[in-house]
Amino acid sequence: MPTPTPEEVKGLVGGGAGSPVIRKILDSDILHSFRSSKLTMVAATIVFLCFFGALFAPLIAPFDPFDPAKVFLSDASIPPVWQQGGDPRFVIGTDDQGRDMFSAILYGLRVSLAVGGLGVLLAAVIGITLGLVAGYMGGRIDAIIMRIADVQLTFPAILIALLIDGVAQGLFRGLPREQSAIPVLVISIGLSFWVQYARTIRGSTLVEKNKDYVHAARLVGLPAPIIMLRHVLPNVIGPVLVILTINLGLAVITEATLSFLGVGLPPTQPSLGTLISIGNRYLFSGDWWIVAFPGATLAILVLAVNLLGDWLRDALNPRLR
Amino acid sequence: MTEPVISVRDLRVEFVTRKGILRAIDGVSFDIMPGEVLGVVGESGAGKSVTGSAIIGLIEPPGRIAGGEIRLHGQRIDNLDPESLRRIRGRKIAMIFQDPLTSLNPLYRVGEQLVETILTHTDLGPAAARARAIELLNEVGIPAPERRIDGYPHEFSGGMRQRVVIALALCAEPDFIVADEPTTALDVSVQAQIIALIRKLCRERGTAVMLVTHDMGVIAETADRVAVMYAGRVAEIGPVRDVVKHPLHPYAKGLMGAIPTLEAEADRLVQIPGSMPRLSNIPQGCAFNPRCDRVFDRCRVERPDPDIPRFGLEGEAPLMPGHRVACHLYTRNPVENAS
Amino acid sequence: MLAFVIRRIMQSAAVMLAVALIAFLMFRFVGDPVNQMVGVDTPQDEVARLRESLGLNDPTIVQFGRFIWNALHFNFGVSYQFRQPVTQLLAERAPATLELAFTAAAFALFVGLIMGVYCALRRDSWLAQIFQAISLIGVSLPTFLIGILLIYLFAVVLGWLPSNGRGQVVKFGDWWTTGFLTTSGLRALILPAITLGLFQMTLIMRLVRAEMLEVMRTDYIKFAKARGLRTRSIHFGHALKNTLIPVITIAGLQLGSIIAFAIITETVFNWPGMGLLFLKAVQNVDIPIMAAYLMLIGFLFVLINLLVDLTYGLVDPRLRIAMRS
Repeated sequence: MPTPTPEEVKGLVGGGAGSPVIRKILDSDILHSFRSSKLTMVAATIVFLCFFGALFAPLIAPFDPFDPAKVFLSDASIPPVWQQGGDPRFVIGTDDQGRDMFSAILYGLRVSLAVGGLGVLLAAVIGITLGLVAGYMGGRIDAIIMRIADVQLTFPAILIALLIDGVAQGLFRGLPREQSAIPVLVISIGLSFWVQYARTIRGSTLVEKNKDYVHAARLVGLPAPIIMLRHVLPNVIGPVLVILTINLGLAVITEATLSFLGVGLPPTQPSLGTLISIGNRYLFSGDWWIVAFPGATLAILVLAVNLLGDWLRDALNPRLR
Repeated sequence: MTEPVISVRDLRVEFVTRKGILRAIDGVSFDIMPGEVLGVVGESGAGKSVTGSAIIGLIEPPGRIAGGEIRLHGQRIDNLDPESLRRIRGRKIAMIFQDPLTSLNPLYRVGEQLVETILTHTDLGPAAARARAIELLNEVGIPAPERRIDGYPHEFSGGMRQRVVIALALCAEPDFIVADEPTTALDVSVQAQIIALIRKLCRERGTAVMLVTHDMGVIAETADRVAVMYAGRVAEIGPVRDVVKHPLHPYAKGLMGAIPTLEAEADRLVQIPGSMPRLSNIPQGCAFNPRCDRVFDRCRVERPDPDIPRFGLEGEAPLMPGHRVACHLYTRNPVENAS
Repeated sequence: MLAFVIRRIMQSAAVMLAVALIAFLMFRFVGDPVNQMVGVDTPQDEVARLRESLGLNDPTIVQFGRFIWNALHFNFGVSYQFRQPVTQLLAERAPATLELAFTAAAFALFVGLIMGVYCALRRDSWLAQIFQAISLIGVSLPTFLIGILLIYLFAVVLGWLPSNGRGQVVKFGDWWTTGFLTTSGLRALILPAITLGLFQMTLIMRLVRAEMLEVMRTDYIKFAKARGLRTRSIHFGHALKNTLIPVITIAGLQLGSIIAFAIITETVFNWPGMGLLFLKAVQNVDIPIMAAYLMLIGFLFVLINLLVDLTYGLVDPRLRIAMRS
């Protein structure tokens, strides 16, 4: 299809020849632009805190919200400590089941980031592989892969994720939701977000494959997969870091949306989206904190990740500013 | 004595960048008389186009006019408010750009662009404006103008588009035209036609023209006077015959030496060693001193003033009236004068 | 021109065929259609008869052909959950979704365009900075969270607007119902339309801003300024017209996304549209509805794509030439 995609028009990703990212990051310009942007530093701090909190949730959280022995219904719907009826044990209140909101959010963050991160990584692996193969092999394989990418790109990722989720549920009918939810979500996200990687990698691969070092490798008689992985890949991987960051925000949103819609993680294993979905039911009864805190966490996390992605894109590719 | 159409005095243009202020134009002065073509030559980055933009009032941030005066018929125009300046642009001063392929809005018919410009600057009604547009297209040599007026720019060839651009510049019969490399983007055969057209219009209407180019051939053919610019300053200015035949400034000599001629005497072209300094790094004294083969101490310290009287060197042709040069060589006993 | 149109239509048909294949594979292989239709105590021979009568024993390619044939006649089978024809279920809910999507798209385009143009022309003003900040938040906040926020503010705290359903609708013709004609219908539309349109609005705003800044740097704008044309004419005639061409493409393509994103908005606001139906289908693995919805969305996307490409040619005289050759 000849029409440009929104991504292309917005210039999210420079498809140009990727030079090794590592060298660029060590470049003092990058560090300088990082230090000179306060907003970026704040964003980076927030992202770091979120990952830290998610990773060490069991150590940081004051309660284990999933231990039935420690959760009491008598503690249900306690407002934050600064409001009338607050309880100093639960700083930002409890949910309808009597679970500490702060602990639930930490665990929710853990699930959200795990699903989003794994999903994005899966998407990257699929996209990079297909992009390399399409760009390097060319011909019919290239045509088929890029056609699929074009068709998929016409649909929003959330719709694709929903469909894949629905199909996967149909296929894993026997399994309980607790076990199937995370793999299904990771696969849904992975299959929804691979196209951008594939397009970018393919573009750079087309440039690289005509360079002398690839010709040389071919003359030496190296097999194609080795050339692709050992020689071409390191030279085209550059822009992937930017896409990874930007897509992490999208993936976390997608996971949260699916969970909110009730086809993601179950209430027994809540992500941020699930927590928001639960809290949404109590919006009208005035228990605003059950939805507000997970919602704010999600919003701030995604905003920070996006800011970081924007900065990374500009810093690595000043031409696009 | 007639009054100059355009008078530029000690013009300075600066660009504010993250790394400091860059001075793109530094102390440029010249006059242009009615019907006169002033050629402005120099390497890219010498400040030729910026001078043109400054006169027409199109320096945009981060650039700014930092000093000096620009007068149109004796009235200052460099400090006018944007709206008054807009009324002058197109009506009194017009500009022709380098690339006719990108100068015309691709989504508007040629006629629409002409009529809009005419309506903006004259009292003509729409029908009269259209008639005037056809007349203009005819004048700049577009065949079948009454038909071509409804064409889109992409339906015209490069040379024809530049004719349309010229017609657009002529809409309100301006007194002064800045032609910024009007032939660079065109085929050689078309270049001559466009130059002849500009020359003809200038003669017939008495329009003054500032012709910016780096093509010495074009200058020799078209201009009455020529200014050689280097690093945002005027190195030499004078009647075209004098400057081309007897350049004084070592830089101008190099520039003229780089013109290929058919005469057999020069079997190799002269080239000037090195390259023009960056604006952020203009040397003290004469800007040309690091590349000059006749440099002496004074050149590294004192900036030569183009406007003081100069004297011809022994054994060379004497300076003609109106021929000015910014070079310490042409002082009486240059080396002894060094402070 | 005609050759171009025909080629684009052929391409669209190919894409539709691919979408149909996916829908068919889902329909046929995810969960056995027969098991969904019969009870646990249905005798085996009746199951076999049903299987035969549905043509499930035919070669796959024949079944695919039949699927397409049926799809062309708007026949997508019977919903597992509702035991009603899928087409009828979708048709009943289509007006709600389409009205919502249309309102959201109009809002997004109108407001996004104004904000984008403002940001491009008054780049350094404080209002432009605020718009920029809003756009960053707009792309970062998930749709459902925006919806919840709006409900909390305007429905719970202020109590100005309803948060649920379509309000009173008027029947219009045979099957169309509209909320445009009643006060409660219009009031009910406001929050969902803003929620749904906000993301696209920020997208259009960013796009218009970037495009317009790009156009303002071109030679023909400089030349227009050098001719002393009025600022208004340069900004809103020359620059805006050139800005709009790429914007038309994206805005058009976004219309499809809006219909798809309506799934989320309809869930938040309990809006009785196709999206809500689709979501229930996903939750209950109601494959016929999923397949039909996929086909429908696919068709809309392909149609919009096609229309966008063709309008492009009408707006940009340069492309008319390219199409002719």
